[in-house]
Amino acid sequence: MPHPLLAVEDVSKSYDGFKAISNLNFYLFDGELRTVIGPNGAGKSTFFDLITGRAQPDKGRIEFGSSPTDSHDLTTLNEYEINRLGIGRKFQTPSVYVEHTVWDNLVLSLKGPRGVFASLFKRLSSTERDRLDELLKLIRLDAKRHWKAGLLAHGEKQWLEIGMLLAQEPKVLLVDEPAAGMTDEETRRTGELLISLAGRHSLVVVEHDMTFVRQIARDSQVTVLHQGTVLCEGKFDEVQSNPKVREVYLGRGKHGTR
Amino acid sequence: MTMTPSSFRPAARVAGSELAVTAMIALLLIGLLPLLHATGQISTFTLSLWGKYLCYALLAISVNLLWGYTGLLSLGQALFFALGGYMHGMYLMRMIGDLGQYHKPIPDFLVFLGWTKLPAFWEPFASFPFAFAMVFLVPGLIAYVFGYLAFRSRIRGVYFSILTQALTYAASILFFRNNLLLGGNNGFTDFKFILGHSLVDRGAGPATMRGLYLVTAVTLLLVYVLCRWLNGTKFGLVQQAIRDGENRVLFSGYATTHYKLFVFVLAACIAALGGALFVPQAGIINPEEMKAQNSLEAVVWVAVGGRGTLVGPILGALCINLLKSWASRAYPDLWLIILGGLFILVVLFLPGGLVSLPARLAPLWRKRAADPAAVTKS
Repeated sequence: MPHPLLAVEDVSKSYDGFKAISNLNFYLFDGELRTVIGPNGAGKSTFFDLITGRAQPDKGRIEFGSSPTDSHDLTTLNEYEINRLGIGRKFQTPSVYVEHTVWDNLVLSLKGPRGVFASLFKRLSSTERDRLDELLKLIRLDAKRHWKAGLLAHGEKQWLEIGMLLAQEPKVLLVDEPAAGMTDEETRRTGELLISLAGRHSLVVVEHDMTFVRQIARDSQVTVLHQGTVLCEGKFDEVQSNPKVREVYLGRGKHGTR
Repeated sequence: MTMTPSSFRPAARVAGSELAVTAMIALLLIGLLPLLHATGQISTFTLSLWGKYLCYALLAISVNLLWGYTGLLSLGQALFFALGGYMHGMYLMRMIGDLGQYHKPIPDFLVFLGWTKLPAFWEPFASFPFAFAMVFLVPGLIAYVFGYLAFRSRIRGVYFSILTQALTYAASILFFRNNLLLGGNNGFTDFKFILGHSLVDRGAGPATMRGLYLVTAVTLLLVYVLCRWLNGTKFGLVQQAIRDGENRVLFSGYATTHYKLFVFVLAACIAALGGALFVPQAGIINPEEMKAQNSLEAVVWVAVGGRGTLVGPILGALCINLLKSWASRAYPDLWLIILGGLFILVVLFLPGGLVSLPARLAPLWRKRAADPAAVTKS
């Protein structure tokens, strides 16, 4: 069995007695695209909070690293330290700097030293400019590079935030409901983008929209969360036909499989 | 150091007109006012009054650096202003020598408290370089310790504002006490010399005051240039990103605590510099300068002038203090009501402050210019 890039083992977290996550086990391998689904309150956001250092687990282990010798205990690190290791997070509501231009949003996200004094004397190299141009084309905001991010449409903000994540050149991307509020066409293109990133990056995508999940999951693994723990894991079709899953989630009709 | 916003922000070139207006104001303040004073057109009192306004402008810049650019509303910046003033005041007190009322080699208030020799911590303040260093070190260190504790505990928003207000309130109570040996509620006054130049209102006094005014005006210009440069660096980008979305910054690998701490200490030093220049021109420093109301007033200057702009705080500090000088003579009882009313008006009708006024009025002008043409056509 290969070494997992991200290993979450036997993790629990409760808030005021409510068990948001209980005895969760989750392994992500290098280059994988993993989709996580689950009804509201299944603990998806808390799951991301625990990995990114926003919350600390009550018990359990969260390890990150490409080999047993290069392994980091994420439960002892804070948000920016975890990000610097190569874990980027996209929030559910687009979180961009609204008063900055699209270009500046990406400049701030570009991989590089993050210290106060480094930022005082930072100059962009031509390689970095080329990289930014390339990213702007990828997220289709090339023509709007001088726009204030606050003026972008909702879908464009989502794309900008994905671009900001990519500018950090992370090993793992945690993506929370990227298709929320997008048109069908935008959703489809977002799916294509995420699929194209797998391999070079490892991705965990939390999503509600079943059409979208079917599109990006293809034959990769889907994890179903329920009441803070993994209900089942497998290919999309296996998961879909699993009676337990149908009962707690898919069978409710609200997010029907069509 | 370059004044054009750095190369990675092609969208934000300095507007030529803005530079021209700034240069004009700088020329007026640095050139014209001292000239008018030297030729006897304006009194030393008037010149020093303007000098004090420019010191207040430094305090306003310090508030704006925190509130306007980093989203940290400090309601206690007057504390750092006053501390800078006290540090410089200690030097000025030592320079009185034995020319005080009691003709003793130690400051009058110490004689009054029964001291016969100087307390040890007063000793080194006879040295100007030492006092000058303390102007930055003492407020800077207090800002560092307070900021470290507050930011590390992730105290944000209104909680941060309340804490800063409490800090300055506590300090003013402390400074009112005589046994702190810093002059109690009378503070320091009756200064005689600065660097060997007379501060008394006769003889060479007016020339010294003119020199102090000039130093203040040039300092303000340099601090403005520093802020302009900072604003164009990547640091400036991070600072404003923290204001608009601290979580995104944190989850992008930046230790926002370090950035906020840097800005907080820098702002404290700028306020302290303003206070240090204020004391010889005002001729007095006492705990009144660090009372809660002063910090609040500085926030109003920034809001009225234009929060989050480079010139706004300077403009706000000058306009409101000119208004205050006039109103406190004409309508002494109404000043606080006028100030409060002005604040409400600006927040409701001119959220961008005075600096946004030209852009607001421009469409009206165009309309007026277009109207006659429309009339002749028909």
